[in-house]
Amino acid sequence: MYSNFLPNTIAFLEQLFDRQATPAAAQWLKEKQNLVRSSETGKDLYLPFSAAPRYVGKSMLSLTPDELEQASQLRKGFNPTNWTTDQLARTILLLSLPHDNADNYSKTILKLFGTADMGELVALYAALPLLPHPEKFVAQATEGIRTNMGNVYEAIALNNPYPFENFIEAAWNQLVLKTIFTGKSLHKIYGLDERSNPDLARMLSDYAHERWAAGRTVTPELWRPVGPYINETIISDIKKLFASENETEHEAAALACTQSSYPEAQALLDQHPLLKHKIKEGQLNWSHIGQKAITA
Amino acid sequence: MNTLNMKFIDPHIHMTSRTTDDYAAMQKAGIVAIIEPAFWLGQPRTELGSFKDYYSSLIGWERFRASQFGIKHYCTIGLNSKEANNEALAEEVMDLLPLFICKEGVVGVGEIGYDDQTAAEDKYYRLQLDLAKEANLPVQIHTPHRDKKAGTIRSMEVALEHKLEPHMVIVDHNNEETVRDVLDRGFWAAFTIYPNTKMGNERMVEIVKQYGSERIIVNSAADWGISDPLAVPKTASLMLEQGISVDDIHKVCYQNALDAFGQSGQMKESDWMDNTTIDQSQKLFNNSILRGGQLPTIGEIRTNPIFDSNIIR
Repeated sequence: MYSNFLPNTIAFLEQLFDRQATPAAAQWLKEKQNLVRSSETGKDLYLPFSAAPRYVGKSMLSLTPDELEQASQLRKGFNPTNWTTDQLARTILLLSLPHDNADNYSKTILKLFGTADMGELVALYAALPLLPHPEKFVAQATEGIRTNMGNVYEAIALNNPYPFENFIEAAWNQLVLKTIFTGKSLHKIYGLDERSNPDLARMLSDYAHERWAAGRTVTPELWRPVGPYINETIISDIKKLFASENETEHEAAALACTQSSYPEAQALLDQHPLLKHKIKEGQLNWSHIGQKAITA
Repeated sequence: MNTLNMKFIDPHIHMTSRTTDDYAAMQKAGIVAIIEPAFWLGQPRTELGSFKDYYSSLIGWERFRASQFGIKHYCTIGLNSKEANNEALAEEVMDLLPLFICKEGVVGVGEIGYDDQTAAEDKYYRLQLDLAKEANLPVQIHTPHRDKKAGTIRSMEVALEHKLEPHMVIVDHNNEETVRDVLDRGFWAAFTIYPNTKMGNERMVEIVKQYGSERIIVNSAADWGISDPLAVPKTASLMLEQGISVDDIHKVCYQNALDAFGQSGQMKESDWMDNTTIDQSQKLFNNSILRGGQLPTIGEIRTNPIFDSNIIR
């Protein structure tokens, strides 16, 4: 499987790169790729990996809807929307490194992580879902979630299917909590609904209580992973949302109830027929709440 | 402090030792870019990993922290003279340097040079001069506190011996006694405005009056000691008061540092001119200097509220 995936991915990324980079930059990358392919120690990777922005610039990619579609067909959840030219070049170099020996491969990549600057960290974490031997990088990615550099954090947590596929539940729950804690929108977390769980719901509810006790608010998106696990405790949070003066909180409460099979939640939803109707007709969903959270 | 809204660069400041209040004040005073030389931490490191993590913090976390205040952060990477005296460790650090000096935003090898002027210091100074030459990077030289004049001259002679061009070398921590030798040899002469130990800014004004603004650079070298992160804008303000031309002030407090370290290819005026207002809520800079629930700053940084109110929310 992976043997086809790798050349296809490289070809796709090269096509993106060649469309956006200067001929000189494309030439530079070709040369370095050849070096990296025959490299045995990884040393030939370190220098061009660091130097990439000097040769290929750091402009944002502008991707067509068609290219984004291609990306997600190539790799479910792969979304290079916010990628830059240097990041693309760095990822192509990572994918060009010989990977037959999993230990050697991961050792080289982990050494890059250990001495990476901010831009390099972004490239490394965002490339994780494409790399061979993904199981070798779980500890590094889990560590990455502890970063305080916002752009590095986003490279792992947002638009990236790697945590969804590889994180144990405790790490996943930290990711969701930290995304809320740092004021980012949840709707870019890949696989958010599939990986919601009772423990996460409890943590989120506790977090909301802590914020309320301090006289602060929480993002209405918080209730998205909570909905399926509404129980005798959490139902009082939902009631509180319906009693709020903030309309978005009513919408979030209704959406959470829709996800729940807890009888009292269903009864609460019935008391708000307009919201129930909007949800049923597809006029209200969690993406709307996520969009509002961004523009708020 | 009146500086006619000029922009400043502080090309020598150790921000890892400074607070967010300092960053906010620096931004407010007009500092747009800074260079943080790698140096020692006030006590010697005993393990290689401490160096690795320190260098990593200069190109990672500190760069990010500065960006939160709309300040572009660059650094120079090197083995400082004091710690060159632990030879076993110094050998290992030398192996580490090539991994870092070509990183983005690394504008030179520094701060290197002499402290006690021992044989070990000499050895690693020379090895790092060769490294800088190979990587075509500027060198930021720390000149010794003791036996300063002889040490400064020796630093330059050794650099020339290793075939470095004077225009690629910034000789730091000058004073009235060393400036003539440095300028006459064609090197950049940097001055550190640091209370009690190095230069005061009234003396700095006199230096510029006497020597002009060519190849003269002002910095703060603010660190974990009693020092002043606003030394550059304060000196500019004093120069204005004392009749030094705006053009000369612009050179010694901005342009010369940019010209000298810009030779690395890693520091351009467009780095900060294209992006002049900070937006802590913006995607690229979004982060957790804002702990949960803190309000992001958009536009001008608010001054530190600590002394304005007893309320902490």
